[in-house]
Amino acid sequence: MSAWGNGAAATTSSGGRIAFAGVGIDLGGKAIIENLSFTVDPGEFVCIVGASGCGKTTALRLAAGLYRPSRGTVSFSGAAMTGPRRDIAIVFQDYGKALLPWRTAAGNVALALEAAGVPSAQRAPRIDALLDKVGLPAHGAKYPSEMSGGMQQRLQIARCLAQEPAALLMDEPFGALDAMTRQGLQDEVLALVGASGATVIFVTHDLEEAIYLGDRVIGLLPHPGRIGLDLKVDLPRPRDQLATREHPEFLRLRRELFDFIRTSEA
Amino acid sequence: MIADRAKPFVLPLVLVTAAEIGARASHLQSDTLAAPSEIAVALLASAVDGSLLVATRDTLLSAFAGLAIGAAIGLAAGLALGLVDTLDRALEITIEAIRPIPSVALLPIALIALGFGYRMEIAIVAFACVWPVLIFTRAAVRDVEPRLSEVARALRLTPWAKATKIVVPAALPRIFVAFRLAAGVALIVAVTVEIAVNPLGLGAAIMTAQQALQPALMLALLVWIGLVGFALNAGLVLAQRRLFGRFAPAEEPR
Repeated sequence: MSAWGNGAAATTSSGGRIAFAGVGIDLGGKAIIENLSFTVDPGEFVCIVGASGCGKTTALRLAAGLYRPSRGTVSFSGAAMTGPRRDIAIVFQDYGKALLPWRTAAGNVALALEAAGVPSAQRAPRIDALLDKVGLPAHGAKYPSEMSGGMQQRLQIARCLAQEPAALLMDEPFGALDAMTRQGLQDEVLALVGASGATVIFVTHDLEEAIYLGDRVIGLLPHPGRIGLDLKVDLPRPRDQLATREHPEFLRLRRELFDFIRTSEA
Repeated sequence: MIADRAKPFVLPLVLVTAAEIGARASHLQSDTLAAPSEIAVALLASAVDGSLLVATRDTLLSAFAGLAIGAAIGLAAGLALGLVDTLDRALEITIEAIRPIPSVALLPIALIALGFGYRMEIAIVAFACVWPVLIFTRAAVRDVEPRLSEVARALRLTPWAKATKIVVPAALPRIFVAFRLAAGVALIVAVTVEIAVNPLGLGAAIMTAQQALQPALMLALLVWIGLVGFALNAGLVLAQRRLFGRFAPAEEPR
């Protein structure tokens, strides 16, 4: 029934701990991130915001193992990262480039299962369950080019969920979508992540989105990227698009975050 | 609609008619020219007596065999060079030095090594077909969307899985374009080899007709080669649309 593992294990917390310790990285001879230290607890949902050029995406790619730090260490559940891991999934913003245009929706999800060595006989039911989960139950035979942007991003999320990730890293996943689609997907991601117990790092430039989704919001300062703010979000779950956004605490956090961004850009 | 479709045929028809009228009005007697009606008759006659079909078979056999061998080598080499940087750097000078050699310039060597016949012609066609396929394949592999390479990394695909599941399918539409170009090259080179030395196929038939002072047959063969090339390309274009038409790039976020 659940694509998250076998039986009871599916509902228990299965997230991993992500730890940055004194991380710095130089790209093209320039320090992009310097002395970045923070920990994301298992099952925690952390959003990273910051002015453009603050290294949000770079930090996410470090967590994914796509970059290796020049200084310090990134570790996952106690083990230093030496490269990408199959139990860490990354959702890219540009879904149109991250999906295989020559494969159907089902085929795109299958890629993750093939990579994990799942026997072909077991793939079909799991693909159906995953497409069902992300709200694409009847679209398995469609090609990405036949799907809307929102549907393509759901498909990419389904492929990441197929990795049964202990951590889900999302790089401005809804940045290219319209407001209505975005709100729907925010709630779906919260539900999917809540059910899986995965640890999440979610990069966004939308401050309200960060507060709405996160247990914590980390604000980065630019040149080089470093932590400027670490806010705990004490808002009740499940979140609600109207009630949460009207909550006094939401408004207080929103003010604090806006002030932070304004001063960091000044 | 019908008028639109007919438009491309107007000019050829006018020219053919003009040629026919001109030939009749001038009571054409020539070793190099013939009236369109005589050409048509010669084409029909050679089709009926079977000589046209035998010559076409010989030429296409050499062209296709050479194309298959050359494209296979070009594809394998292009993939290897596109995927493995060190290999590409090691072979760059060698390839750039060999590639500009006109395939027909290899005729004397090929003739000594292989003699007259299919084998020699196939070898030269294959040499000519390697390059467009190799160069296009290498470039197509290089240009595979970097995001897809990252997806392959994030999923920890093996190099073999990455090549077969991501790189080759992503590059395939462009590789097919290269194959189409190579098919055109194959026909040109096959006929050229036949005209130059090889007593086979349509090229040799043209030479025979010329030496026998049969301009109508000579021109009929020329028209026929044009038609064969046209049909070959049209068939491949159709196949390309069938195979890759629906894989338009997915909708891109801004």
